Amino acid sequence: MQTRNFKRAYVWQLPVRLFHWMNALAITVLIITGFIIADPPVIMDHHEANDAYWFGIVRFTHFVAAYAFLIMILMRFYWAFVGNKYARWAAYWPFSNKAIKNIMHVMKVDVLLLNDKNKELRDISVGHNTVAALAYIAFFVLFLVMIFTGFGLYASMSASWFPQLFTWVVPMLGGDFTARMVHHFAMWPIILIAIIHIYLVFYHEWLEGRGEVSSMFSGYKFVRTERVISSDKEEKE
Amino acid sequence: MSETKEKRQETYYESIIRQGYSRRDFMKFATFMAAYMGLETSAVGQIAKALETTPRLPVIWEHFQECTCCSESFIRSDHPIVADILLDKISLDYTLTLMAASGKQAEAAKHATIEKGGYILCVEGSVPLGDDGNYCVIAGRTSLEILKESAAGAAAIIAWGSCASNGCVQAAAPNPTQATPIHKIIKDKPIIRVPGCPPIGEVMAGVIMHYVAFGKLPELDRLGRPKAFYGKRVHDSCYRRPYYDAGLFAETFDDAHAKEGYCLYKVGCRGPMTYNSCGTIKWNNGVSYPIQSGHGCIGCSEENFWDNGPFYERLPNMTGFGIESNADDIGKIAATVVGAGIAAHAIGANIMKRKELNKRINRGIENEENIKA
Ligand code: HEM
Ligand code: SF4
Ligand code: SF4
Repeated sequence: MQTRNFKRAYVWQLPVRLFHWMNALAITVLIITGFIIADPPVIMDHHEANDAYWFGIVRFTHFVAAYAFLIMILMRFYWAFVGNKYARWAAYWPFSNKAIKNIMHVMKVDVLLLNDKNKELRDISVGHNTVAALAYIAFFVLFLVMIFTGFGLYASMSASWFPQLFTWVVPMLGGDFTARMVHHFAMWPIILIAIIHIYLVFYHEWLEGRGEVSSMFSGYKFVRTERVISSDKEEKE
Repeated sequence: MSETKEKRQETYYESIIRQGYSRRDFMKFATFMAAYMGLETSAVGQIAKALETTPRLPVIWEHFQECTCCSESFIRSDHPIVADILLDKISLDYTLTLMAASGKQAEAAKHATIEKGGYILCVEGSVPLGDDGNYCVIAGRTSLEILKESAAGAAAIIAWGSCASNGCVQAAAPNPTQATPIHKIIKDKPIIRVPGCPPIGEVMAGVIMHYVAFGKLPELDRLGRPKAFYGKRVHDSCYRRPYYDAGLFAETFDDAHAKEGYCLYKVGCRGPMTYNSCGTIKWNNGVSYPIQSGHGCIGCSEENFWDNGPFYERLPNMTGFGIESNADDIGKIAATVVGAGIAAHAIGANIMKRKELNKRINRGIENEENIKA
């Protein structure tokens, strides 16, 4: 049996990978501390308030992670203008003919798990596929919801100028209560999409073996040789 | 001020003295008001001066769909002068519950005031717009009609309480009478919203006194509430706050921790989401406030507080998702569905993609076997 030949393509640039992991870390911290803020566990008994400050520290951690999260998002936002073609806004545009064709294909092959009769090389995505792009758009919108409601709520607990830019959010929603509930509720789709995202990364790695998982560490994915315009440069290890 | 043909309007100071208060009482009152408004001591003189020189402002106080708890709160505010000068027959040109006049006489006085203009319109209660406004009809006229008429010449409108500010209980879903707050009806007048069910009497006095003493509206936030009284959350001035920061919470109302004065966050306290002065000014002449009495804040000064129940749970029930399920219940169900979907997909993938996968595995094994030593 003839083995396929692959070439190594640098898909995820360093800022993208950095964003990915810092963001994953920040969101994990935000979710854990968020759950604790929403329903603090009983970890002490018969103490006086001057003995402890753990809930304050949990909230402080939430706010520190929130700033880290914001900075990462801003950085990624900027990179969508200057990064390579897999990082740019165009890679997230789901309405072109090509994108719609890709969505149909992914739905058929990866969601409904049907098999292609005649495989087309073009159908294999090099960066993320368009369904994944849709998920990242959803992520992005949810992140903005978290940032706006989060900093809107934070404005009343902070004297710093930055959260004050968000003072309009809470009145727009009617009050802190609604803002908090939106903030809390919007966390759930983030969790759900993240779970699906992680599963599908494993799925692609398992099925295709093109370096789906390692790509977010190394930046490389493996692309069929036929797809790469051949250059004479011999790859040297 | 010279005597004119019309009877000269009495100043606030004159009416206070006429009612038997001493100058000392008067100065105490001015100091007291300045303190509640959060002003510097230099403002005391300013307030006293204003009260001495300005003729009392005419006030029309309308009652619509409400329970009169705002009036009750107001006349019980800490300093007797508040009720005396602002609510007494001298000051109030029209108020259904407290005016001395009645019938035609009262209506005539009101119309005279409206024609002159420049008065403060205080509105207690929401305006029901449903069924042509028939849910609140006074002397044969709907509250909407009355409101529009008396708002016409007003210099400013004060929306007393949660009813006038955001609809309160009457506006709770499904809002059968279409109870509507004042700012959604009157758009062309400055409106001060003083929410609370009721608002604190001293807050009410402070709002009026600010207007009287400085001749302009107090500084308002984005929801039209005076910043001096609604700038902070109940939580920010709550004496149980150290317990909150320490992570010490009462789990139920009858546990030992509730008795020890732990924070009421987990039994549904809305203090962290409620803007009001309860923690500082307190109630009943500064005696106590709900949290001090062992009950969480229910957020009575916040929009929709009535619908954000249950009061004793941190997370509200979500409407439209079945009875008694909160965000986390729904989230957990969704997570279970997603988990099941993933499991199904993983099994399906192993079946459907077997051929493809086996091909790759075999090629891989072949390559592995052919690796040069
Ligand atoms: C992925 C991002 C985030 C997640 C999953 C998250 C999650 C949560 C959760 C579950 C709560 C508890 C809500 C409740 O039940 O009352 C919360 C509270 C809060 N979060 Fe976030 N959050 C995120 C981002 C942010 C950001 C960017 C900020 C901005 C400063 C922020 C600020 C806050 C604030 C101020 C509170 C209320 C805390 C308090 O009153 O002590 N969050 N968050
Ligand atoms: S009792 Fe309520 S207002 Fe007071 S600290 Fe606890 S949560 Fe905040
Ligand atoms: S503590 Fe809360 S519910 Fe109670 S009066 Fe104050 S704002 Fe209203």
